[in-house]
Order: sequence, then C-alpha cells, then structure tokens
Amino acid sequence: MFDFGLVTNWFNDLLLSVMPQWAATVIECVIIGVVLLLAYALLALFYIFYERKLCAWFQCRLGPMRVGPWGILQSFADMFKILIKELIRLENIDRFLFALAPYLVIVASMLCFACLPWGNGLQIIDFNIGIFFMTAASSIGVLGILLAGWSSNNKYTMIGALRSGAQMISYELSIGLSILTVVVLAGTMSITGLVQAQADGWFLFKGHIPALIAFVIYLIAATAETNRGPFDLPEAEHELTAGYHTEYSGIHFGFFYLAEYLNLFIVSGIASLLFLGGWMPLHIPGWEGFNAVMDFIPSIVWFIGKAVFISFIIIWFKWSFPRVRIDQLLTLEWKYLMPIGLFNLVLMTLIVVYGLHF
Amino acid sequence: MDLSIFGIQNSTLMVTALVTGLGLVAAALVIAWLISPRSFTKEKGKTYECGVPTRGESMIQFKVGYYLFALLFLMFDVETVFLFPWAVISRGLGSAALLSVGFFLFILILGLAYAWRKGALEWK
Repeated sequence: MFDFGLVTNWFNDLLLSVMPQWAATVIECVIIGVVLLLAYALLALFYIFYERKLCAWFQCRLGPMRVGPWGILQSFADMFKILIKELIRLENIDRFLFALAPYLVIVASMLCFACLPWGNGLQIIDFNIGIFFMTAASSIGVLGILLAGWSSNNKYTMIGALRSGAQMISYELSIGLSILTVVVLAGTMSITGLVQAQADGWFLFKGHIPALIAFVIYLIAATAETNRGPFDLPEAEHELTAGYHTEYSGIHFGFFYLAEYLNLFIVSGIASLLFLGGWMPLHIPGWEGFNAVMDFIPSIVWFIGKAVFISFIIIWFKWSFPRVRIDQLLTLEWKYLMPIGLFNLVLMTLIVVYGLHF
Repeated sequence: MDLSIFGIQNSTLMVTALVTGLGLVAAALVIAWLISPRSFTKEKGKTYECGVPTRGESMIQFKVGYYLFALLFLMFDVETVFLFPWAVISRGLGSAALLSVGFFLFILILGLAYAWRKGALEWK
C-alpha cells in the first residue's frame, strides 16, 4: 500500500527547513482545517445527490436530471438556494439556545469526521482511545437537537426533539456494545490500531458469529442514531411537520441537513472501520495475484468505497421498511438489541479468551 | 506516541477540528446574512404551527416516560464506560476476565430485568 505518511513527512520537513517549528505547525493546522472543510462540504453535496438518485431509482423515477449532466450539479444548486433564503427572525424563541444548537450539531459531526481513518497515513486525530473519543464526540449532537427543539418554543419541535433524544440515547447503548465487542476482539481502542489489527482479515470474517451479530446490531442502531429510514419519527412529516428543525429557516436549517448527511457518512465510516477493515484492502489468504491487484487500489478509495457501500444499505432500509411507532422503537432497543448485545459481548469474550477466533 | 499526522499533537488537531466546525457555521451564517433578503413582519415572526394560532407556552413539563428512559440510559452508559478499559485488556486476563465481567454484567442484567418486570420498558 502507498503510505501517505511519506508525503506528509516530506512536506513537514520542507516546511521545517525554511521556518521554525511553531510556524510550520500553524500552517499545517490551517491546511488540515481547509482540507477538512472541503471534504466535509463536498461529501455532503455528494451524499445529497447520492441519496436523491438512489431514492429515485428505488421508486422507478429518474431523480434530478436537469442541472448539469445527469443532474450532478443539483446539490450545488440546492446549496446556493439555501444560502440566499431569508433567515426569518422569530419572536417567541430563546435566542441564545436557538443560535447555539447548529454549532453543537456541526461541531459534533466535524470532530467525528476528523477521526476517521481516511487512508494509510491519512489519519488526522489519532488518540490512543480513538473510538471511545468518537462515541463521546458524537453524543454532543443529541444536545444540539434537544436544544433546537426546546428553544424554538413550538409544540412540534418540542415533541420531535424529545423523540429524537429518547431514540438517540437509547440506540447509543447498542452502538457502544457493538463497539465494545470489536474492542474485545482487537484489544485496542486506537483507530490506527484497529485498522492495523485487520491487516490479515477483516473483523467481520475474523470474529466468528459474534462479529456478525455485532455488525447487524451496529447497522440497525446506526440507522436509528442518524434518525433515518424506518426510525425517522423525530421528523415524521405527517404528524410533526419537520420535527425539531421546523422553526429553522435558510442556512440555519441547512446546518441540520448537512449534519444529517455527514452523520450518515460517519456511521458508515465507523462501520467500515470496525468490521470491514477501515482502509485495508480485501485479502484472500493464498491468492497472491488477487491480493497484489487489491493492494494496487489506493487506501483512500477503499475507505470511501466501503463507507458509500454501507450508506447504500442504510438508504435501502429507508425504502424497504415502514416507519415504526415510538413504543415499537423503544421495545426493539431495550427488549431485543440491548440484551442480545450484552450476551453477544460475553460470547465474544469467550471466543477471544479461548482463542477460537480466526 | 501521542503524535499524529505531520507529527502534531492530537490535542492540537482536536482543537483544529473544533475551530473548523465553528468556523464553518460562522462563515456560512455571515455569507447568508450578506446575500439573503431581510424583511420582518409581525405575522412572519410568529410560531409556526401549521397556521393555527399557538395556545400557551411550549417550554413546559413533558411526558415522564422520556425521563425514565433517560435514567435507564444513564445506568447502562456508565456501565459501557466501565467496560471499555476492561475490553482493552481482556485478552491477557484469561478466564479471570470472563469471571469478573460475567459478575458485573449479571448484576446489570438483574437491573434490566427488574426494570422490565416493573414495566419501565413499556411506553404508556
């Protein structure tokens, strides 16, 4: 695999040869910030287009076709439309909390976004407790949603925010348990460590049945965590107009929209990190030629490809299952996924302790 | 050890990501404020509840069911926090890892069973 660390180290040395350490660090931080911003915005635009096209194809429609060839410029047009919309000044709201909510939502997803393993040597934040940090950072988003609903002083937003809060904190447990299952198997929480541990086989294949169960639980919980698919009752439009962001207009609404799509990418990215080997290529033991061809594909393509594939599955859920009621939602989590997750954790420990995994 | 891309400390990178997130929101708001139209009428500033005039406040006491689930969540989330350090070293502990976590999980599952029996998991 091509190591992007070579490029970054060369660039670092180049900067250090002409300027002191602190100036180089500042320039590098600015570059990282700009790259993060660009990647964030471009992925959001891509995901909006991707979801609209997929939805259309699931329903035998064409989807966006007019702006640009095959409609690929549609999401750019949407972005400009949302930028020039009026930011409506409301009277009965809690102004400070109303303005604070989008910051929390975007910052939570940006922190997780920066933790993803983009490629060999392209890891930005790499704490030794990386995956734990990601779960911590992602739960800031719930706060943003609750504040948005509460501060709007509107019945619909209030109910939407409470539903969303109950749903997101409940399914966070299942996400935590399936992450724990993988941490038991890997023996590390660092994201580079998790990826390196999958060099000889992805955890989905290495971890026997518990890894498979954890993967399924993770997919269901991730769909609920992003308020999507059959679990989109925080914004069930026939009863709550638009849920917690009913009162937000223009770009203020755009932030929630942006964060929703980016969270879809982030949960898919975490799924591919935990179960599908992050940026590690697909290797089949014994097939040397095949492995060499797989190694030839750049690591960043592997990572984004896997994440986009898992997002495809999550979007597919949306068009396959009807929306659940809130009691069904909580029953599914607390009476099924949670106990299964706990027993799955014990099962994985048994397998790891007695060395039964591959 | 604690260094990442470009050999920068992870905490610095975390602050970079944080500032990037804040900057994204602030910059987009400034751009929107510069190019979007502005007009205020009394009707427009009212709470939107599908055209029906709002009655009373919305920042009120809400259904206690959400509070129950929040309490249950707290219990199991703290449990997850305790389990993470154990999970990292469980490989080296052998059957001691199994015994200790088995006992810990047993007590927690008892708690879940109690809540279940008492009907705290029903949505009423």
